[in-house]
Amino acid sequence: MFKIKNLKRLSLKIRRHAINMTSVGKSAHVGSILSMADILAVLYGFVMSYKADDPKWPERDRFILSKGHAGAGVYAALAETGFIPLEKLRSHYQDGSDLSGHVSHKGIPGVEFSTGSLGHGLPVATGMALAAKIDNNKHNIYVLMSDGECNEGSVWEAALFAQHHKLDNLVVIIDRNRLQSIKSTEYTLSLEPFVNKWQSFGWHVVKVDGHNHQKLVDACNSIFVGKPLCIVAETIKGKGVSFMENNILWHYRSPQGEEYDAAIAELEEKNA
Amino acid sequence: MRDAFLAALTNLAEKDKDIVLLTGDLGYGVFEQFEIRFPGQYFNVGVSEQNMTGLATGLSLEGKKVVTYSIGNFPTLRCLEQIRNDACYHDANIVIVASGGGFSYGSLGMSHHATEDLSILRSLPNMTIVAPCTLKETGDAITAMIKNGGVGYLRLDKTNAEATYIESPFIIGKARRYENGDDITLIATGGILGDTNIASAELRKRGINSRVVGMHSIKPIDKNEIIDAAINTGGIVTIEEHNKDGGLGSAICEVCMDNSVMPKKFFRIGLDNIYSSIVGSQQYLRSQYGMDSKAIVKKVIDLLKA
Repeated sequence: MFKIKNLKRLSLKIRRHAINMTSVGKSAHVGSILSMADILAVLYGFVMSYKADDPKWPERDRFILSKGHAGAGVYAALAETGFIPLEKLRSHYQDGSDLSGHVSHKGIPGVEFSTGSLGHGLPVATGMALAAKIDNNKHNIYVLMSDGECNEGSVWEAALFAQHHKLDNLVVIIDRNRLQSIKSTEYTLSLEPFVNKWQSFGWHVVKVDGHNHQKLVDACNSIFVGKPLCIVAETIKGKGVSFMENNILWHYRSPQGEEYDAAIAELEEKNA
Repeated sequence: MRDAFLAALTNLAEKDKDIVLLTGDLGYGVFEQFEIRFPGQYFNVGVSEQNMTGLATGLSLEGKKVVTYSIGNFPTLRCLEQIRNDACYHDANIVIVASGGGFSYGSLGMSHHATEDLSILRSLPNMTIVAPCTLKETGDAITAMIKNGGVGYLRLDKTNAEATYIESPFIIGKARRYENGDDITLIATGGILGDTNIASAELRKRGINSRVVGMHSIKPIDKNEIIDAAINTGGIVTIEEHNKDGGLGSAICEVCMDNSVMPKKFFRIGLDNIYSSIVGSQQYLRSQYGMDSKAIVKKVIDLLKA
């Protein structure tokens, strides 16, 4: 486990991997990865219990990335925490690679569940949480979703079920960067009042700055007995690279040439 | 068939605490005893098939053997992507059970006619598909499917063929012969084997000896039985309460072509690419769409004359 003050370094490493992987692979979604890099750092660096050398350790906390398009961020976190070799990250998105653009579990220790189509993660995580309750196991299940993903009806089906069965071992973190595929979430299919929606579905809801490590840790610790926990993490898409921040272009564009250099330089500067 | 399924599942659940039954809010008057007897092994998830299938996958990844239950197309087509991405890709142990194959719910209208389920699910890798023909087979099927593991689809019918004495045991992927005869082979899946048996008896009266095969497993399918019928009998007629495209008949064509075997005669009895806006009992709709025993007799006679 990292100390909270070291999470900054881990989040920067994840960001740097994200720039590298999306550049080498000429792949999309770098903005989505940068948006959640701090959340991943907090989960993998501090909050979750796991054993990288024993990925199926029964007492581990489970993590599902439901916004599977940001899978490169998870691969980066797994590499930085010893599940997979760092060199493997260079194969991301390449011919014959098992590091697919959307996160896949096949052959990748540490990935519990493959996603890519939105709205799948929460129902599966809810099933895992129910199983833990049935078997009286004490681990938690963490799901990281995007805000745009909450357009999917399956999210709300699972939300109903989780509160009905009082699954307080289930933690949803929503990467609330307010941008979806084409325009803003509010322009597209408004989610606000977002916190109230989750509260009215019977969840314990905490809204935090999704780039503040201490606050994210506190939020993860704010488990409320008898209710599933929803953390609305207010984030900035593209966070950490100024010209990518809040710019939908970087949902799709791959950093190349000068843009790549500038992105890496800015991250190195922050790391200094 | 539903009762036979539940009786077998009850036996299994008694011995295995990891069996969990999820229902999408269907089964009024059916599951109450199961719920009382097996706390923690039964959840009515509400009307939410996508969530039900995701839940089932999550439970399975944690070691449970899950049965999802609903009727018609709800546990299959409504949540097809969850079946594909979640259950099948993750090698989950889930049996999807739909009560109401074909026109079982004929009078309820098109939404409740499950007539493309076999073809759609058949195209998914990591999937076993069984449409039992008799009540005994239904209990055997759920038992074998849970034991086998993986993702399965069990298609239950409101009708069933009468329990004819049959020596061969139930094995997934192994067809069963109900009648011997060389003039033609009738291959049916599901409860419509009942009409097929009646047709076979009528044909026999008219001097045509049919081999009758119950093809309860659509995937994997019994290739040897199909090839044998193609080579050693006068032809193959397939009978399914399902659209012709991609169903039993199509699967049998694939086996023949893949093995360079040409049946002497061939005909598929099934729905001819339509949605039925007409309602009625299952038997009425079978006759309406040319798949009841009379229609089978006529098709066979015409085919052998041609």
